Amino acid sequence: MGATTPTPTPAPKTNIVGLTVLDYRGGKSTLCAGCGHNAISERIIDAAFEMGVQPEGMVKLSGIGCSSKSPAYFMSRSHGFNAVHGRMPSVASGVALANHKLMLLGVSGDGDTASIGIGQFVHLMRRNLPLIYIIEDNGVYGLTKGQFSATADLGAKLKTGVINELPPIDTCALAIQLGATFVARSFSGDKKQLLTLLKAAIAHRGTVMIDVISPCVTFNDHEGSTKSYKYLKDHDEPVQDVSFIPSFQNIDVDYDPGTTARVTMHDGSSLRLRKLELDYDATDKVNALKVLAEAHDKGEILTGVFYVNTKAPTFMDLLNVGDQPLGQLPENLVRPPKKVLDEVMAELQ
Amino acid sequence: MATLDVGLQERASQFSAEQRKVNDFSIQVATVNGSGSQSANTVLLRSIFQMGVPVSGKNLFPSNIAGLPTWYTIRASKHGWVARKKEIDFLVAMNAETAQEDVMSLMPGAACVYEEPLNLNQLRNDVTFYPVPFDKLVAQVCPEAKLRRLVKNMIYVGVVDYLLGIELAESEKAVAKQFATKKKAAELNMAAVRAGFDYAKATFTKVDPYSIERMNENAGKIIIDGNAAAALGCMFAGVTVVTWYPITPSTSLVESLIDYLKEYRIGPDGKATFAVVQAEDELAAIGMVLGAGWAGARSMTSTSGPGISLMGEFVGLGYYAEIPGVIFDIQRVGPSTGLPTRTMQGDILSTAFLSHGDTKHIMLLPSSVAECFTMAMDAFELAEQFQTPVFVMSDLDLGMNNWMSKPFEYPGQPIHRGKVLSADDLKRLGGFARYQDVDGDGIPYRTVPGTQHTAAAYFTRGSGHNEKAQYSERADDYVHNMDRLAKKFDTARRIVPAPVKEISGTSTVGIIAYGTSHWAVMEAHDQLAKECGVKTDYLRLRAYPFNQDVHEFIRNHDRVYVVEQNRDGQMHELLKLDVAPDQVTKLRRVLHYNGLPIDARSVTDEIISQEGK
Repeated sequence: MGATTPTPTPAPKTNIVGLTVLDYRGGKSTLCAGCGHNAISERIIDAAFEMGVQPEGMVKLSGIGCSSKSPAYFMSRSHGFNAVHGRMPSVASGVALANHKLMLLGVSGDGDTASIGIGQFVHLMRRNLPLIYIIEDNGVYGLTKGQFSATADLGAKLKTGVINELPPIDTCALAIQLGATFVARSFSGDKKQLLTLLKAAIAHRGTVMIDVISPCVTFNDHEGSTKSYKYLKDHDEPVQDVSFIPSFQNIDVDYDPGTTARVTMHDGSSLRLRKLELDYDATDKVNALKVLAEAHDKGEILTGVFYVNTKAPTFMDLLNVGDQPLGQLPENLVRPPKKVLDEVMAELQ
Repeated sequence: MATLDVGLQERASQFSAEQRKVNDFSIQVATVNGSGSQSANTVLLRSIFQMGVPVSGKNLFPSNIAGLPTWYTIRASKHGWVARKKEIDFLVAMNAETAQEDVMSLMPGAACVYEEPLNLNQLRNDVTFYPVPFDKLVAQVCPEAKLRRLVKNMIYVGVVDYLLGIELAESEKAVAKQFATKKKAAELNMAAVRAGFDYAKATFTKVDPYSIERMNENAGKIIIDGNAAAALGCMFAGVTVVTWYPITPSTSLVESLIDYLKEYRIGPDGKATFAVVQAEDELAAIGMVLGAGWAGARSMTSTSGPGISLMGEFVGLGYYAEIPGVIFDIQRVGPSTGLPTRTMQGDILSTAFLSHGDTKHIMLLPSSVAECFTMAMDAFELAEQFQTPVFVMSDLDLGMNNWMSKPFEYPGQPIHRGKVLSADDLKRLGGFARYQDVDGDGIPYRTVPGTQHTAAAYFTRGSGHNEKAQYSERADDYVHNMDRLAKKFDTARRIVPAPVKEISGTSTVGIIAYGTSHWAVMEAHDQLAKECGVKTDYLRLRAYPFNQDVHEFIRNHDRVYVVEQNRDGQMHELLKLDVAPDQVTKLRRVLHYNGLPIDARSVTDEIISQEGK
């Protein structure tokens, strides 16, 4: 082909809100090459693009740590808030109170959630606040160079040879017990599963808690680690095969109700959970806790949707606030008229 | 001595106050916590108030639900002095446990109404005693035995009414107000008041010199506690997000606010125009305040010293990331758990610089219930104007006690939301830099999430950032930003509530005070002039940072006494940091820190002693 006839660049693919995937990009990552967190950021970008999320309607929040840096690396057109260590849940709650129309995406780490942040995590789960909470879980503190966090498995070994002698906190079991309404675990290396879960999370109304095992290539990817790429490849046991059909895609895919459970999400999207060896029911809270505990004893890392409940009221429902966000109410609705003050003063005389 | 000591012993004053017997004395009611005496005390206070006599009431209570001793001091003052008077003239002794000590601490010539079986009349011969068989009287008016413990207190109201000449009709009115929604309780309690009155009338010959006579000083005035006044201010400020964790003595602020919001802030659609969240702790409460303030709400929390300590880290984030929020600190006695139900101006220094690194915060210093109301509104305006956490430094004395006041005035100014850019602004401007000093006042522009413009978003962080809110560890970015924050704080000097020259003359001796210390200082000024011939000028601080008036006041006086309720002279230290080096030596300390509200006599004594008179 001659140099005078340049190949026309094909128009980039746009989503249902007319944006390209580039509109969901963030700043350049400063995390280590190969860090699981970067793969999660990529899946978040893909999920938001595919679901047609308006970036200006989303807020990204995080605490402190490697994981909590990552919101700077996706969706620059969304407001971001990097809070203090372990206390992103309260900031996220405040944002939701001020403007319940925003979609909230919280990114935390295992230290940020299960160690310093366990108090706020626990109470966030209780409230079923509409928000997606992702734990980028590698079992160690990266920024302070590799100490164990509270999700590190019993007997796991640090690079320095230190053995973890305390049992881990299972954030998924906790979240289910406390009231989160969409609880899942995934692996940063499982592109398909993680993307599917994130899309379903966007369609859910209530607290979504996804624990994503995300190996730390620098401090926790060695022999003896239970959060390494190799360990996950050997021990990852999906509880079901997940697929997702967004509400705006008018596709009617046949499925066998005998082998596949269909969950209709808040926005009308459809989450399909196809059974594998384990006959797993993602609506049974008590069974979920039992299965998680048993798998843990066997050294298996279960992934997939552990629990989903699309009917539970959210925290915002309980507050009886109107459609207009509280932060945007006009003066005439938030400052009572003079006669109210006169009335109160008269009562106090 | 028992291991549990909740007494009120203070050193007696070396100067005895001139005794005025009509409309100028103090009443102390000593009861047991949880016995329902609060209603009786409020009725007594209101009765005197309705007689047109200036009055104040102070509840000196233990950290306990029921069983420990509690005292309520009522001061009637024809001069309008409302500070606590530490000398007790008229005692109502209802608590066997403290009765002896209470009687021994009375001024010579005082009077004492007491439960007959306590036999207190043996203790002193310079006090007039009035024994009352409360149990017998209450049994006659209250057939239901389990209510007697509560109704019994109303009997002393009647006894005191008779002995002091308080009109029974005024107590009747006060009872009706106290039990406005409970008609049966009102009737029962009024019967008890009458029983006490009739018994006293039939039994006692008035011997003591104390009496209440009708005046006309209270026309149009209201009675309210500072926490309820602050709550009203918050409601009229347009607060939309309230997050809190219960702690004495701030709890009643939010509980009053909840009542007001439910009554007056339900929109025409039946939906709440507010959200109140009881958080899991103070860390979460302030986190929610900042999240909501960042996302565009007028948000607040209310706490006391321990909560302030916990909030430190988040407040530093609010300062550095520039997020509005209002924090009420109803100060109580520290350090640590301290005396949770006693008053102190103890968080001034720690709050001024709360959090690590270079931080400084705007503090408002209300001294009256009226200022609790106006400064609540000021705080929300300032928080959004300056995009920073703003503290309202009230205390237990102001927050939890009843105070007389002129009725509050409706806000004259509309709500200002500060420098917030809309999508239209961004369309016009093309973009913005979050931390750029566009106007030269150190205050940048912000957007709130949800603003529909591709250039609206920015990344908020507590780590180093440049003007565009990008992560930066560059030395020049850091210094530039910190200097702008300092400039913003300097701008605030001109905008925050200015100090008030309460008394200005030509004296060489000045007094500086703030908050509830004000009331004792006003009276001390009078005592100093009348009793000791020492003339003083007085400047009342209303906010930090200080403005030029404060510097000028210190320059214009030879000696300036800084009166406050803490051990370390916290405001004195703040002033020392602010004034020119040659002015520092002029500043003297007058401190009161025993947990009881400051009184004028203590201030007068200390100033006289330091003046060498």
